[in-house]
Amino acid sequence: MADLPRTGTPAPAAPGRLRKAWDSDIVWSFRHAPVAVVSLVVVTLMVLAAVFAPLIAPYDPFDPGTLNLMNGFTPPMEPNAFTGDTFWLGTDDQGRDVFSTILFGLRISLFVGFMAVALAMVLGITLGLLAGYLGGWVDTIIMRVADVQLTFPAILVAMLIFGVAKGITPPELRNEVAIWVLILAIGLSDWVQFARVVRGATLVEKSRDYVAAARLIGRGSGAIMLRHILPNVLSPVLVIATISLALAIIAEATLSFLGIGAPPTQPSLGTLIRIGQGFLFSGEWWILLFPAATLLALALAVNLLGDWLRDALNPRLR
Amino acid sequence: MLAYILRRIFQSAIVLLVVGLVAFSLFRFVGDPIDNMLGQERTQADVERLRETLGLNEPFVVQYAKFLGQAVQGNFGMSYRQGRPVAEILMERAPATLELAAVSGVLALSFGIGLGVFTAIRRDGFAANAIMTLSLIGVSLPTFLIGILLIYLFSVELGWLPSFGRGEVVDLGGWTTGFLTPSGLQALILPSITLGLYQMTLIMRLVRSEMLEVLRTDYIRFARARGLRDRAVHFRHALKNTMVPVITVTGLQLGSIIAFAIITETVFQWPGVGLLFINAIQFVDIPVMAAYLMLISVMFVGINLIVDLLYVMVDPRLRGDSARGH
Repeated sequence: MADLPRTGTPAPAAPGRLRKAWDSDIVWSFRHAPVAVVSLVVVTLMVLAAVFAPLIAPYDPFDPGTLNLMNGFTPPMEPNAFTGDTFWLGTDDQGRDVFSTILFGLRISLFVGFMAVALAMVLGITLGLLAGYLGGWVDTIIMRVADVQLTFPAILVAMLIFGVAKGITPPELRNEVAIWVLILAIGLSDWVQFARVVRGATLVEKSRDYVAAARLIGRGSGAIMLRHILPNVLSPVLVIATISLALAIIAEATLSFLGIGAPPTQPSLGTLIRIGQGFLFSGEWWILLFPAATLLALALAVNLLGDWLRDALNPRLR
Repeated sequence: MLAYILRRIFQSAIVLLVVGLVAFSLFRFVGDPIDNMLGQERTQADVERLRETLGLNEPFVVQYAKFLGQAVQGNFGMSYRQGRPVAEILMERAPATLELAAVSGVLALSFGIGLGVFTAIRRDGFAANAIMTLSLIGVSLPTFLIGILLIYLFSVELGWLPSFGRGEVVDLGGWTTGFLTPSGLQALILPSITLGLYQMTLIMRLVRSEMLEVLRTDYIRFARARGLRDRAVHFRHALKNTMVPVITVTGLQLGSIIAFAIITETVFQWPGVGLLFINAIQFVDIPVMAAYLMLISVMFVGINLIVDLLYVMVDPRLRGDSARGH
């Protein structure tokens, strides 16, 4: 079914792999969802901008040598009154180019987001597989912990973990490890969704014939879980991962905005918004607006992509 | 039934014990309490004596039990940063958070139900569609950006409402209230909208979908056939049946309101418990962190327990043993 072209044009004589992929269900539905296409373009552009930030950014916002305090508070697209320099999106109080700080902020935000989701995913999938496949007391303990964690909002759990971890690390290391603590906090606050879905899917797969066959030929539990069941439970995980990414990015921004996230030496988008809020009353709107708009566009695009993916991978909802 | 209730209570107790253990470990292992109390010039004998009087030489379990005993009595130690008993600070801050949460809750419920019914009845109308689209944006905007947006509009541009603090408060025997002064009421408006917006959209969407479901049922058709007025059908018959899920969600959201109050309080510099907690994390004020951790867990676990038990009472199908007779 998946290989049949949906469009009216006759299939080429020998479709290559690429052609096959282009005509597959998922790509077909993607091509016909303009919102998803735009979202993917936005996300891709932002990821590229973040990865190549050091090459793209016109200034290095963290090199004090290139900073000129005289450039402070330059409005966007206007030459500075003293130096005559022009900045696309203006500068902040210390004369840092807002466009460059956003690029580097995006880098931190996306890095924390991706790493946190990866952590949550690995943890959730592992525990979900174990709970679903082994059952018994392993299942009981894991799911009980998951239930308890679900009673608390994820952002609160992340705050608590951040606070505890901050307390444990010695003061002189706090700024250095802050990013990793942030990843740990958001990742640990978000694994339950993954575990629940994987456990549910594993319970279904466990009773299939191929699992029984694998057991009969003497494969171990670990191999069955990883090589046979895991590939079959991955598609709902993909949907949750995308939606989790949006949530993780917002969670990171929220924590950093509250001053309990990325340190001022490594500002994320949330830190930049926190800094910008201070200039709300004095009229320097650009220091706040551009990082906030970037965060919103990013979160919205990832969310919309997740929504589309959920509908596309779940035929029952179509 | 009784077994289920007992099991739920037992589970809740375990959760609280674990949270207590985390809080206790914070005290015990984060920074040496001896370092916090004795200065640079100390002898080994001083340290030993203090360890003995503080009970730090006793077995871990004994120390933990003592800690729990103190916590139950509301004694969480002294704040490292303010040098005052944590319980006293918490009591001082609690009214601000509770008032904010109460106003947001009322806002969310009244507007959520009202708009939910409206969008369900006029499901194809322009206004209803506009409200639904706006609610989507409301859900995807992070709370702190909503707060900043409101400050920008109503404080910076229009200059109508204050952007921070509680305004003038009246002290009613230990309970400070902002309800009694004009500036106190003004100061409540923006933070409570910020805090309540998410819950409002949630309730609105829930009421809408439940209403749409109920309006399709036979008894509503009969009510219409009997010639009842629209108003009576919608509010007396339909709305009543959408209330069970709404009450459940509202109950569970109570905890979230308190948790999200942390963000709102920071944006508006609202002198509540949430702002206290954020400051405690920033300055690693462990007694305050531990106390907040335990307080909020008691609240969440309590709310969940009550909601679960109410469920069993309301819905006979959940009463495991008695349901098997069907």
